[in-house]
Amino acid sequence: MEIAVISGKGGTGKSAVSAAFATLNERVVLADCDVDAANLYLIFSPLIQEEKVFISGQKAVMDKDICSNCGICMDYCRFDAITEINGEILIDETSCDGCQLCVRVCPVEAITMIKEDKSRLYAGDFRNGKMVYGRLSPGEENSGRLVDVVRDKAKKMAKASDIDTTIIDGPPGIGCPVISSVTGVDRVVVVTEPTLSGLHDLKRTLEVTSNFSIKTQVLVNKYDLNEKMTDNIEAYCGEKGIAVTGKIPFDPRVVEAMVHCKSIVEYAPDSEVAQVISKAFKLI
Amino acid sequence: MDKSGYNIAIASGKGGTGKTFVSTNLFNVLKQDSLPVTLIDCDAEEPNDREFFPGELTNCFDVTQEVPVIDASACTYCGKCAEYCHYNAIFFLQEARMIQVVEDLCHGCGACFVACEYGAITAKESVLGSVNTYQIDNNATLTEARMKVGVHSPVPVIKAAIKQAKPTDLVLMDAPPGTSCPFIQTVNLADYVVLVTEPTPFGLSDLKQSVETLKTMGKSYGVIINRAGLGDEGVYNYLEKEKITLLMSIPFDRKIASVYSNGKLLTNELPEWKAKFRELLSLITAQLWK
Ligand code: SF4
Ligand code: SF4
Ligand code: SF4
Ligand code: SF4
Repeated sequence: MEIAVISGKGGTGKSAVSAAFATLNERVVLADCDVDAANLYLIFSPLIQEEKVFISGQKAVMDKDICSNCGICMDYCRFDAITEINGEILIDETSCDGCQLCVRVCPVEAITMIKEDKSRLYAGDFRNGKMVYGRLSPGEENSGRLVDVVRDKAKKMAKASDIDTTIIDGPPGIGCPVISSVTGVDRVVVVTEPTLSGLHDLKRTLEVTSNFSIKTQVLVNKYDLNEKMTDNIEAYCGEKGIAVTGKIPFDPRVVEAMVHCKSIVEYAPDSEVAQVISKAFKLI
Repeated sequence: MDKSGYNIAIASGKGGTGKTFVSTNLFNVLKQDSLPVTLIDCDAEEPNDREFFPGELTNCFDVTQEVPVIDASACTYCGKCAEYCHYNAIFFLQEARMIQVVEDLCHGCGACFVACEYGAITAKESVLGSVNTYQIDNNATLTEARMKVGVHSPVPVIKAAIKQAKPTDLVLMDAPPGTSCPFIQTVNLADYVVLVTEPTPFGLSDLKQSVETLKTMGKSYGVIINRAGLGDEGVYNYLEKEKITLLMSIPFDRKIASVYSNGKLLTNELPEWKAKFRELLSLITAQLWK
């Protein structure tokens, strides 16, 4: 069974919940799909047994010795990545989308594509099973595909080690990587905060999950910081027929646990936070 | 270009560290001081800034890209367009004489248009999102980039939103979280970057990655620590070691959390914070002209 933990915005406590889920069951596969800011490895210090290069894309580079500054490539590039500065044609690597059209139109073959190969996939053992995560190198794109690769690896590990439960820590937002993280999972847990922004983000996130008709449940984190907003969130979820399976109180020990490289269920198993999260997990 | 104002990006390695909180409060204070200021919400996947400021919608347009439409009667099924498409957005089966554009994968690069020698490809516009501009008061404008769910990248919408800013304005950009493409595209247009972080191991790990990225881009930047008091010393030690300016420290305080959670602004509810945000701006300007 694959369980994805997501949130509209980051910082809602999504990773803390994933970490707790990952330490409740005997053995799990933990897939950190927040490839832009993977950080569960900080808590679990997995023993990395496998490191793989992930090619996230390609970029155009121009050989100025060959280029005749004709400007044809500039006319074709739709990403404003090619500009003319004092009669010289230059490629701005930051804006290049890697479409390769300039290579095809350049009459003198002055442009080549180079692969972006700084992103990585890591896999190994952690204290409660297997862990896999991706790290997208700054500025690189295609996090959706890296998420696919991470999930693929998680599936293989689950099968090879005969582990039933896979916890997916998803990325924030509503874009491709989120969609890649929830496609085909058995259950989605959305973690939200009782703020006006949290409610708005929750609405947009539930739009995504309902598009895929996945069984979804909601956890309100730090619910006691604004009980009225928590009521609003519960009312909204009620309308949509989505269960709020837990209200987690604010507890500074959640951060302390992280500082000690532990999940809250490891650090303070008797705390209300740990209790609420375990109960929500059992409901799955 | 006449550019008398400057751009400040407010960013963080991950969301939820208080980036929106800082952007909206800084904007609020500058607006009350009658400075010509624009706030651009570049967090196109989840734009929230607008919730803090009532104002009239003065301009709104869709951001589109050109995607191909293949005319089956003219197509010879040569497959060249599919070969040119780097994004696998053209599904092509030669034997079955089947060809289809997968719009969700298309980046609108135009390569297939160049590829087709049989005039079988024409263009149509597809919507990636919208840019909405609100007049908040005489001198203050808020522009919001809003991406459509499931679109391949928020970058085109973000770029379109940033283009809306008046060059004479002081521009605040609430940047997308992370350090991937959307973040880079936003901070690339900034003169100064404010990184908001939390004093936790997660915050530190994200902060390091943001700092490394900004260093390679040659940007000037400073750090705000939010929810100070929770967590550990890691971030402080790192700032000291790297000689990075700590611009501001916002303590963890239930009162602050409660103001924010109700969609209210700290600088309105607890006026002592006004001075602190003014000081933040002077610290930033001092660093800019250094
Ligand atoms: S690869 Fe595409 S985006 Fe990059 S410079 Fe060439 S035409 Fe422009
Ligand atoms: S098309 Fe080729 S030769 Fe012409 S400006 Fe571009 S790179 Fe240079
Ligand atoms: S415009 Fe570019 S991305 Fe879109 S289908 Fe054509 S070649 Fe592919
Ligand atoms: S390049 Fe033109 S003719 Fe060839 S398969 Fe594509 S659309 Fe058809």
